[in-house]
Order: sequence, then structure tokens, then C-alpha cells
Amino acid sequence: MITLYTISTLSLIVVDNINMLVKNIFKLKNLRFLALVFLSACIENAPLDSLSPEGPYARSIDELFWLTFWIAVVIFLIVQGALLLSVFVFKEKPDSPEPKQIHGNTKLEILWTVIPVIILAVIAVPTVRTIFDLANEPKDALKIEVIGHQWWFEYKYPDYDITTANVLVIPADRPVRLEMWSNDVLHNYWVPKLNGKRYLVPGQTTYLNLHADSPDEFWAQCGEYCGLSHSKMRGRVLSLSENDFEAWVKNQQQNANKLEGNSLAAEGQQVYLNAGCTQCHVIDGVWDVQGDRIAPNLTHFANRNVFAGAALYNNRENLSKWLANPAEIKPGTFMPNLELTEAEINALIAYLGTLK
Amino acid sequence: MSSSHSYPHEPTGVETRKLGMWVFLSTEILFFGTLITTFMIFKGSDFPGMKLTDVYDIPFTSISSFILLMSSLTMVLAHNALEANDQEKTRVWLLATAMLGAVFLAGQIYEFTEFYHKGFELTTNIFSSSFYVLTGFHGLHVFIGVVLLLALWGIGQRQKGLTLEGGMNLEFVALYWHFVDIVWIVLFTVVYLI
Amino acid sequence: MTKIIEPSKQSSIFRRPSSETGIWSWITTVDHKRIGIMYGYAAFFFLLIGGLEALILRIQLSQPDNNFLTAAEYNAMFTMHGTTMIFLAIMPISAAFFNYLLPLQIGARDVAFPRLNALSFWIFIFGGAFLYSTFIFGTAGAPEGGYLAEEVGWLGSAPNGGWFGYQPNAGMKYSPGTAMDYWAIGLQILGIASLISAFNFITTIINMRTEGMRFMRMPVFTWMTFAVSFLLAFSLPIIAIALFYVTFDRKFGTTFFLTEGGGDPILWQHLFWLFGHPEVYILILPAFGIVSEVLPTFSRKPLFGYAAIVFAGFGIAFIGFGVWAHHMFASAISPVAQAGFGLSTMVIAVPTGVKIFNWLGTIWGGKLKLNTPMLFSLGFIGMFVIGGLSGVTHSIVPADTQQTDTYYVVAHFHYVLFGGALFGIFSGLYYWFPKVWGKMYNESLGKIHFWLMMIGFNLTFGPMHWLGLQGQVRRTWVYAEETNLQFWNIIVTVGAFIIALSIIVFMINWIFSKRNGEKAPFDPWDARTLEWAIPSPTPVWNFSTAPIVKSLDDFWHTKYSEDEEGRAVRREEADQILLELEEDGLNPSEHIALPNPSYFPIVLASGLPFLGYAVIYKSIPLALIGTVLLLIGGFGWGTEPLEEEIHIDSDE
Repeated sequence: MITLYTISTLSLIVVDNINMLVKNIFKLKNLRFLALVFLSACIENAPLDSLSPEGPYARSIDELFWLTFWIAVVIFLIVQGALLLSVFVFKEKPDSPEPKQIHGNTKLEILWTVIPVIILAVIAVPTVRTIFDLANEPKDALKIEVIGHQWWFEYKYPDYDITTANVLVIPADRPVRLEMWSNDVLHNYWVPKLNGKRYLVPGQTTYLNLHADSPDEFWAQCGEYCGLSHSKMRGRVLSLSENDFEAWVKNQQQNANKLEGNSLAAEGQQVYLNAGCTQCHVIDGVWDVQGDRIAPNLTHFANRNVFAGAALYNNRENLSKWLANPAEIKPGTFMPNLELTEAEINALIAYLGTLK
Repeated sequence: MSSSHSYPHEPTGVETRKLGMWVFLSTEILFFGTLITTFMIFKGSDFPGMKLTDVYDIPFTSISSFILLMSSLTMVLAHNALEANDQEKTRVWLLATAMLGAVFLAGQIYEFTEFYHKGFELTTNIFSSSFYVLTGFHGLHVFIGVVLLLALWGIGQRQKGLTLEGGMNLEFVALYWHFVDIVWIVLFTVVYLI
Repeated sequence: MTKIIEPSKQSSIFRRPSSETGIWSWITTVDHKRIGIMYGYAAFFFLLIGGLEALILRIQLSQPDNNFLTAAEYNAMFTMHGTTMIFLAIMPISAAFFNYLLPLQIGARDVAFPRLNALSFWIFIFGGAFLYSTFIFGTAGAPEGGYLAEEVGWLGSAPNGGWFGYQPNAGMKYSPGTAMDYWAIGLQILGIASLISAFNFITTIINMRTEGMRFMRMPVFTWMTFAVSFLLAFSLPIIAIALFYVTFDRKFGTTFFLTEGGGDPILWQHLFWLFGHPEVYILILPAFGIVSEVLPTFSRKPLFGYAAIVFAGFGIAFIGFGVWAHHMFASAISPVAQAGFGLSTMVIAVPTGVKIFNWLGTIWGGKLKLNTPMLFSLGFIGMFVIGGLSGVTHSIVPADTQQTDTYYVVAHFHYVLFGGALFGIFSGLYYWFPKVWGKMYNESLGKIHFWLMMIGFNLTFGPMHWLGLQGQVRRTWVYAEETNLQFWNIIVTVGAFIIALSIIVFMINWIFSKRNGEKAPFDPWDARTLEWAIPSPTPVWNFSTAPIVKSLDDFWHTKYSEDEEGRAVRREEADQILLELEEDGLNPSEHIALPNPSYFPIVLASGLPFLGYAVIYKSIPLALIGTVLLLIGGFGWGTEPLEEEIHIDSDE
């Protein structure tokens, strides 16, 4: 990564001519200082880093990127070097003679046409191969449907009859085939550490393969501008070991228990049933309806560590903020402000906590 | 570097305004090309609902197409008359061209209303939308052509009469008119026949 | 010396405009130089606005989870920033160069259709004003059924669907209100302006070249104008039709891009990028042209491989029509299409490379005068190479699926369009400053401008490569603190303000040099092309007599011959020739026919915004006003005689 930085710094001194001062500042002092800062920024892990692949798909892309990158670096150094060299060598001096009037050189021009062609051909071969490798449906892949909504991702597991949202749970070390479409506008599903992006289009199905090496948590983000809260259309991908995944599936297939009695949670269930939540949210076993609802299925809400399009962590504080006025957090959201009282919000939070 | 040569200098030998018209028409090809391409894409899609084939009347449209084609002929006659410097005949043929164009437009309006009454409205589905926008866009061109022809006819009423030179000349309008006719032949084939 | 313009005595119900100075002389002018200057100022004004929008965006992004702007405001700002910079700043600033220089470089008295030229300028002005009137009249809001915690406000009531207007998000259901209508119709009007000027320039280049100015003797800037005009002429119709569809979808309930009625949102992407990619070359080729003029002049060498540079330019323009889907690699296109468009995108690197190497060949072995225009041109090469190389990484489709829609792409196209196009434009602004104003700019301020901009530019857009690879997604109002993107975002914001500072230096230089600068000599740069063979500032009539051209860089060969080694040797008679040229240039001996000023271009153009409002508000009266203005303009235009003579008494 230092190279990337060096590039931008080098470019600063591309046509340096005024005096040594400017050059020194940018070449030596600042370079060292900024390089240090840069490295320190590098050590911290960015969860959406596309350069630290954690699965075979992302890794094949990563290899291709670095191949191209290093070729680009060589070309960059040659061109910028030639540029700087000619500036320093041919800069006007008091005794410079008038230059020779050279109009061109056919051999040279053919040379610098052919060489790039060869270089590009070298890059083209692995590129085309990788394109088709990434598009192929892997054998033994788990099929998951991804449905884009403004502004959250919904996941359905047709093999297991599971519907969930925001957190995609996949088995580790096994390919996953996502079948994706959108319910409204264009979205773009991106888990940088597992694969590149793919659009979700209304009325069409697109496909994306994921494969995580080992159990871990990854970040996802909608890549395509999709309206007001595009920036808050995020996600998590949780890869689980085989046993954990099976346990998770079993748990997800359970319905929620209808609560009886006078507990705070039971009160919350009443709020859910009566305040209008049921218009959009399903909790299997408590409020069963035919067909889809426009908002996330809440049956196993407490099982997910994030909510509201993965823009918020699932905790008490965030929930009360969200329930008080959703549009404050996600502008344009389809969840209305139900004007809940503080008591109702507390009850709801207690209830939601039981939906494991 | 030497100098002293008088302006204007037209190295191609083509009159500049005419050249400009050719350039304009070449972009018009792109306009219609885009419209026709999208029309074809949607025509081939398997969306359920009413299609043009459910409502159209080929004999009627054939006749109005023939009328538009004839207007190209009268346009040529007007041009020939002007070359022979027969102002009277030029005006007659110009007016005839404009009238034939107007008849074609009337036919198109009639056709649109008929389709509309049969339930094939602008917003019925993708087939109707692309049909109306494509043929309507062409109709607009015919309309502009008729206005230009009438304007030319009006200028011809003045004492000086028409010439083949100057800003708004007959050759200029004729180029445009023939282009609009040719486009219709393509449209008629693509929209109604294929 | 006196000039007399006799108002027409011929039949016209309107009096002919006859002022030579003052505001009316500018409003009614058909002089390509004045139109060029007006294009330049208007475009620079919009460049400032677009820059302001960028600064606002950068303030918002300097902190994670910042709330300097609301989401609605942020979305409106980035949409307007892109739209403004592309359609209202860079394109018209290129048009300013075309207008001013093209006739001079081919030895013509004006463009082929001077009034059409004025018309296209005024349509551009009205189009820009129409688009920006959205801040006053436009409305925007949450998608149908969605909620907002606060009012959108005036800043947020601008178009908010992105400059690319992807459907269905930019449709009525998801972008309600009128703001996106202003965008669609505003672009339509601006497109008409560009289309008209494209016809005009193509015709001018084909038919107005002076005697001996064969195609292969034209300056490269003229060649690039030619290429850009073809690109405009063949790509704008596509977007015009697509915008028609959008307007129909939004205002009249059709479903061209809406799945529920059988339409196809991906079709919009195809149509948009079929225009949008050539558009990239529309923005960059003028800079190629400028750099190809500046480098030879200040290297005192001819352009290395003139023919190759010309054909490479046209090669880029041609292939530019075959690569559009590389903007859609993550979209719903097949792997076969991905591979095909990936390869065609790689191919475009070849002619681009040829150009860069030929520019290097031009400065190699020269005698480089490192003044401001030259610095900007050299900076252009350095920055453009970075943009070009990151562009090659986009043609690697799998890698692009990681990079697309991230700040890596933002970095890439700013290196191309800012480090490329804008650096080239600044190079040109300094280079031709003496020609336009007859004064010299201040060299020290120019160099300060260059270095500040170079530093600011790289601080702003360099780190964006890294931010993009680290996962910062474009068009995002906020980013989470855990994404660890904060450090570089602060640097980027600081860089953006340094750019703003450099622009202020530029403006100071411009204003003071224009007023108090040293008087520019006749041929300050010892240049090569025809525009330097006439006095500075350019006289109204350009060339007092039509020049006859005998070779490429004819003006240079008038001044210089070559010795046996091939080195340039100044001819003994050169100074005498220059003196005579200046003398002749100021005192034309023959009667000069100049196109007359006219009211009708502005009248005709003023009808279009009314028609635009009429569509937005479905208002018949507004439509009638617009039509009447068009008719008055058209009628007056058609009946007014074209040109009269300026009589010049040269017996002072």
C-alpha cells in the first residue's frame, strides 16, 4: 500500500521546477511524516476493506487487481520518470541551443503502440477467465434469495423456509449462491471481503457467489445510490461453522411463542399487536399473515446484532431512539412515527428482546 | 505565410447552409435510430397486454403512407419548377406538398383517436407508449415540415419570389422533407409490417 | 479609424440592433469571439457554484456520521455538483475555447452560422438558469409512503437522483416533486445548445478553412474540436430520446423504465452510458487539443507525430462509442458482455497511450520554457496518466466490481476530468490570455496558482483511491465510524479547500492582469498557429485579409527555417514580416462583410425555458408564451437579412 501512497506523493513533484524548497518539503519531510501516519491508518482494520479478501472469490479478484496494479506502477514510473527527466534535462537555460525540429519517428510510434497492446493482452487473459469463473454457479452451493428494499436487505432460504433481514448467515467454507432482485429501485449488494458487487434490479434476477474461508463476521453495504438513506443501507454477513449453522437454521425455523401473563414483554407484545406494527412486520406464531410484508420479519429479531438496515446495533438505547422517530435516523423510511409513549417503547423493547 | 484572398472560401464546394443541413440530418438519424431501437426492444418483450397488432388498420396506414410518399414527388416537382424559374408552378407544387403533408398528419390524428377509443392509450403499456412516442415524434417532424413549406410558400408570394439561394431556401426545406419521408418508410416497415 | 454599421433599410418589422458597446452589444452579438468570452465567464461562474457544492459535500464528509447536511440536502448537492461541473462548467468552457479559437485557427472570419452560434449560447444560459431555478421552484421529498423527520428545505429541493439519474429511483414514485423534472428538462435544453454548436463547428471546420488549410494542416486543437463536435452530434440524440422517455414516465404516466408497465430500468443505463461515455471524451478531448498546442510552443519543437495524435484522438472518439457498458459491470449484464466491454475498454488505452508518448516525444529534446501554461500542460500529462492507469484497472472487470461505486472511481474520474480536462483548460486560459485581452497575466501568481492547485488536487483526490479500496461507497451521506475512514476524509476536505484557495489566486490574477497587466506583444510566445499572426487583442474582423496556408504550423515556418542539423533558425526577415502582419492586421484594406448583430437568437432561446416550465406544471398558458417567443424569434430570424458590410476608413 505504500506504493499507492508513493504514487500520489510522487505526482506532487511531477513538474517540480520552482526551487528546491518546494521539492524538499514534498519529497522528504512530508513524505516521511505522511507515510508514518498512513501506516498507522493502515494497521487498523477497515471492515469494508476490499483488499483483505477472506474467501476464494474475493481472493481471485484481489490477485487480478495486484497484477494490474504492479504493471500500472511500472508504466507510471516510466512515464512520470520520462516526464520529470525531460523537464530537468531540457529546461530552458541561457545557453540552450534551438532544438532540432523532429516531427516524429514512425518506428518509435509503432513501438509504443505495440507494447501496450501486448501488456493489455497479458492482462486480458486472466481477466476473461476470472469473469467466467466468478459467474459460474458453484457445485454444492447453498441457495439464498436476496431482496432489496429501500433501505434494507431481506434474505430468504428456500431450502429451509427461513425469512430474515439485515444479517445474512452463511455456512463457512461452503459456496453460497445468492439469487437477487429488488422490490423497488436498484440496489447493489457488496461484501468486499467475499466478492465484488452485483446489482439488484426490479423484475430481473441477478446472481452473486459468496464463499467465506472461516467463521467470521463481515460488513455489507449497498453500492448503488438508491435514494435518501442509501448510506444507511448496510448489512452483516455472519459465516458459521457447520454445527453452528445447523443450530442457527433449527432456531430460525421455530415460531415465536405467544406470550401470556403480565410481564413487561407481554405488554410489549400487545403494543406490537395493537399499535400498528402488524401492518408491516410479521412475527411468525404471533401474527401470521399470508404473503410478504414490506418490512423485516421480526420473528428472530433478538438473534440479530444489528437492525434498521444494519445502521444501528441492536441495543436498548438505539431501539428507543429508533422507535421514537425512525425518520430521524433513516430519512425517507417507510416506518412511520407511531407516537409511542415511553412506556410503550420500553415494553416493546422488552418484547423484542425475547424474540431470540 | 502569404495572404490576400477574399472570403468566403468553401473548400468543399458544397454550399455551407446545405452542408449544415446534412450534418443536422445525420444527427436526426441518431434520434430516430434510438427511438426505433427502443421500440424494437420493447416490441420483442413478452409483457402481457394489448399490442399494436390488436388495433391497427394496415390498409388505412398504407394509403396515408402513400400520400406522404407522393408529397416527396411534388417536392421534386416544385424544385424542378424553381430551377426553370417558374414561380407560379413552384408555389403550386409547394402548396401541394404542404397539403399532402397535412393530409398525412390528419390521417395520423385520426388513427391515434381510433386506437385510443379501442383502449390503446399512451399509458396502456410499454407497447402503446413506445408506439405513440415514436410515431408522434415523426408526426412532429412532419408538422414542422408543413410549417416550413407554408412559410416558404408565403415568402414566394412576395414580389421577389423564391430563389435557390439565401437563408430559408427551397433546397434546404426539400432536403428535410425528403428525409422525413424516408424515415416514415422505415417506420412504417418497422412498426406496422414486421 | 472608424467603423460604421448601417442599420438595415430592408423590410423587417424590428429595428436592427446597432450598438457596438454596452450591454446590448453583448446581448445581440454574433461575433464568435464575444460569444466565446461570454461562454467562458458563464461557465466559470458555474464552475464556482459547482466548486461550492463540492466544498459543502466535503464539509459533510469530514466527520463520520456528520449532520452538517440532511440526507436530502446531501443528495441534492452531489447531483447538482456532477450535473453542474459536466454540463454547465467543463462543456461550456470548452465551447468558449472552440468559439474563440476555432475560426482564428483555420483562418476564418467567423463560424459558419454566427446567429446559430449566438442561439446556442443563449440556450445554454437559459438552460442553466432553468436548471438552477429548481432551488426556487423545485420540490423534492421522500418516496411515496416514506417519512421525513424534517422539511427538505431549499437546499434539498434540487434534483437528487444523481447526475446519471438511474431509473427507477429517479422516477416519480421514488423521487416525487418537480426537482428531477428540472433535471431532465434542463439537460434537454442544454443538449439542444450543445447540439447546435456541434453542427456549427462541424460545418465551420469542413467549409470555412482558409485557402491551403487542408485537413492535415489544421492545428490539433481544431482537430479535437472536430472530434468533440462529432461526439456531441452522435451522442446527444441518444440522451435526448432517453430524457424524453424519462419526462414521459414522470409527467405522463408511461413506463419506459419502470418494470411494472413492461419497461426496463437497465435500458436507461444503456442509453445513458451510450451518451455518457462519449461525454467523457467530449470533456477531455478539448484539453488534449489545448495541451497539443501548448507543449510544442514552449518546447520550440513541432508536435511529435502530428498524424498519430490526430488519428489517436479520432480513434478514442470512435472506440468511445463501444465501451459504454463498462459503467455497468456490476449491473445486470452477462459475463460475455462483461468480457467484451472489458476488452474494448482496454483497447482504448492504446490510442491514449500513443498520445501521452507523443507528448513526451514533443518535450524530449526541446527547449522548455516552464511558464504557467506549460506547467499546467505538464501537470496535465502527469495527472492524466494516473487517471488513465486507474482506468485500466477498471477494465479488469472482476476488480472493477470491487471498485465501482466507491471513491476509487471518484478518484479516477477526477484525475481524468480535473487533473486532465481542467488542468488543460487552465493551461489554455493562461496561454491565450494575451490573445484575448491584449495583456499579459502575472507569471508569479500563475505559478502560485499552479502549485496550490497541484497540491490541493492531489491531497483531495489521491487519498480517494485508498478510501475507495477501503470501502467508502460513493453518494453516501454518512459513513460509520467503525469503517475507519475518517483520517483520509479529513485530508481530502483540507485538500478541497486548498483547491478553492488556488482558484481565488487565479481570479485575482485574472482580474488584475486584465486591467493592469503589461501590454501583450503581438506574438508573445513565438507560437506556431494562425491565431498568433494577428494583433492582440483580436480585431473584430479577425484577419484583415484571408491568409493562405502552405504547411502545417505555417506561421512558425514564416519565422523559422532549419539548418542542416535540423535546428530552428530564425529567418532574417522574420521581424519585418511580423511588423507587416501587425500593421496589416490593424488596418484592413478591403471592405469587410461581418455578420450583423441580431436580437432573435436570445428571443428564440428564451422560449425554451417557458416550454420547460409548461411541461413541468402542465400549463397551457406557459406553453403558449414559449411557442409565441419561438415563433417571433423564428420569424424575425428568417426574415432579417444576414449580413451587411462594415465600412472601414483606413485613412487615419
